[in-house]
Amino acid sequence: MLSRVSTYLYLRPKLVLGLLLVPPLLWFLVIYIGSLISLLVNSFFSLDSFTGQIVREFTLKTYAKLFETSNLQIFARTTIMAALVTIACAALAFPLSYYMARFATPRMKTFLYIGVTLPLWSSYVVRVYSWKLILAQEGIVSWFARIVQLDGLLDWYLSLPIVGGPSLAISSTGVFLVFVYIWLPYMVIPIQTALERVPKSLIEASSDLGAKPAQTFRNVILPLAFPGVIAGSIFTFSLTLGDFIVPQLFGSSAYTIGRAVLTFQGTSNNIPLAAAFTMGPILIMIVYLLIARKLGAFDAL
Amino acid sequence: MGESAILFKNVSRHFGEVKAVDDVTLEIHDGEFFSMLGPSGSGKTTCLRMIAGFDRPTLGQIFLYGQDVSNLPPYDRSVNTVFQDYALFPHMTVGENIAYGLMIKGLAKDQRKKQVDEMLDLVRLTGFADRKPSQLSGGQRQRVALARALVNHPKVLLLDEPLGALDLKLRQQMQVELKAIQQRVGITFIFVTHDQEEALTMSDRIAVFNLGKIEQVGSPADIYEHPQTSFVAGFVGVSNLIGGEVAKRITGAEDKFSIRPEKIHLSSMDAKADADMYSATGKVRDVVYLGLYTRYLVELDGGGDLVVVEQNLKSTSMDVMKSKGQQTRLMWKKEHISKLGG
Repeated sequence: MLSRVSTYLYLRPKLVLGLLLVPPLLWFLVIYIGSLISLLVNSFFSLDSFTGQIVREFTLKTYAKLFETSNLQIFARTTIMAALVTIACAALAFPLSYYMARFATPRMKTFLYIGVTLPLWSSYVVRVYSWKLILAQEGIVSWFARIVQLDGLLDWYLSLPIVGGPSLAISSTGVFLVFVYIWLPYMVIPIQTALERVPKSLIEASSDLGAKPAQTFRNVILPLAFPGVIAGSIFTFSLTLGDFIVPQLFGSSAYTIGRAVLTFQGTSNNIPLAAAFTMGPILIMIVYLLIARKLGAFDAL
Repeated sequence: MGESAILFKNVSRHFGEVKAVDDVTLEIHDGEFFSMLGPSGSGKTTCLRMIAGFDRPTLGQIFLYGQDVSNLPPYDRSVNTVFQDYALFPHMTVGENIAYGLMIKGLAKDQRKKQVDEMLDLVRLTGFADRKPSQLSGGQRQRVALARALVNHPKVLLLDEPLGALDLKLRQQMQVELKAIQQRVGITFIFVTHDQEEALTMSDRIAVFNLGKIEQVGSPADIYEHPQTSFVAGFVGVSNLIGGEVAKRITGAEDKFSIRPEKIHLSSMDAKADADMYSATGKVRDVVYLGLYTRYLVELDGGGDLVVVEQNLKSTSMDVMKSKGQQTRLMWKKEHISKLGG
């Protein structure tokens, strides 16, 4: 019986391929594309402000709301934060990845690899809360600042507009620090993979042709690692754009995209506006990828 | 020969306990096509990498045209390398690859372009400047790698098994071309290979490496006809090694000797050897017909084997097969035998 089934399938490779692909395709179509379509459709509906009911008729009214100043500020604030987090993650991840890919012994590399990914094994919320303890008014940072007598500097920094706040735990600086911390692994791993794929002989060839280490870095290593940086930045950028927990816990009252979506959807049941808001990050990501392509990020793929 | 291009003075390179290069002293002359031949792990590539500057000697000194370069980084040496995997920059075009060294030197763009075009002509890739390396065949990449190195007019060009990845026909074609280019540009070429035929075809001189040491340095004819060690005799071409009892019976001395299979002639038992020849008798145990020639394995009377190769000038496969099992007399000129040390 079993061998007859095997023979039947062996003679029909296309059927086998079909059977293999149906579950992932169904998943992809229904869950992924389906939810995106429902999002898109909902964003063209509107909320009757009197009854609180969703009006299922095509309108651009909801999208028009996005262009109100307060909402534009939310987009700008979130995008700037995402960009800063991405730059900081790249700046921190590159040297580490470079060391891991080029110099670390296999043991050291395994150790660092586990070190970088270990935080991902525990709950995101727990890790974020632990930063509360570090950044809080009576937390580790201000305690340490007092010991080294830099508490004056810290107070002065917190008094600054935009970056400051009542304490590090309630400031955009705090949000920034926690974002950099939680998304760093997503930057390290793609950069490290990209650097590892640069053959050693290319670096030798560059120096053989007269390039000093800094020139080799600029002309050979950086361009070849660039797709890795872009891959990592897609993670850090989009994750920051959509996150609502960190701004909720560490941010001031200023909204970000994620928090706004949560409020519209959860608190005020304004699903159309939440949906339209969500289209924002998608659009920003598309623009981002187009810029990345223009910069040649995908040339070496 | 002229001045020395490269001079190794008691150079050793240790990797932990392993002596990859062990007390090598070697002089390579200006304008020479010099090959480093040896099996993998014999130290030839490490020697090349030390000339390039990718590796530094643990002990000893390396001189480049009289200058001690032992501790100079690669970018401060007037030496360029053609890598085994070509190491072309994948994100640059062929033209940008070739111009890389010139760009680093700060040459203006139009001058770079002129020199790149000259180089492309030299390696017969005219018009390929705007392609990406990934669009080229193995042989073409090889030429780009060569052009990228030569455009800098290095004092010495290093080639690390550059033909290893090519198929046989292309390899033979590139051997001829490389030699022609070397004669045209007049630069010292140092060529690393494990292929003895390649080394014999192209080189002015060859150094045979084994276990981190140089076994013999000499011209191709010298290496082939007068191997000085049993390793060289066995690695370069095919050799019969005879020693002990067998050697004593044939030559009268108990030393180790090597004799090339093609130098031995099969003749009838009653043939008489001239005064300048050695002779031995035996029985043909095996005959392998190989088209152009036939290989015989002869079991000598009183012990020992000799491999004999004869061209099939007049004989057919039927003829040669008949000799199997026959008694035969083997003769060869005394000068064709090499006494081996070590």
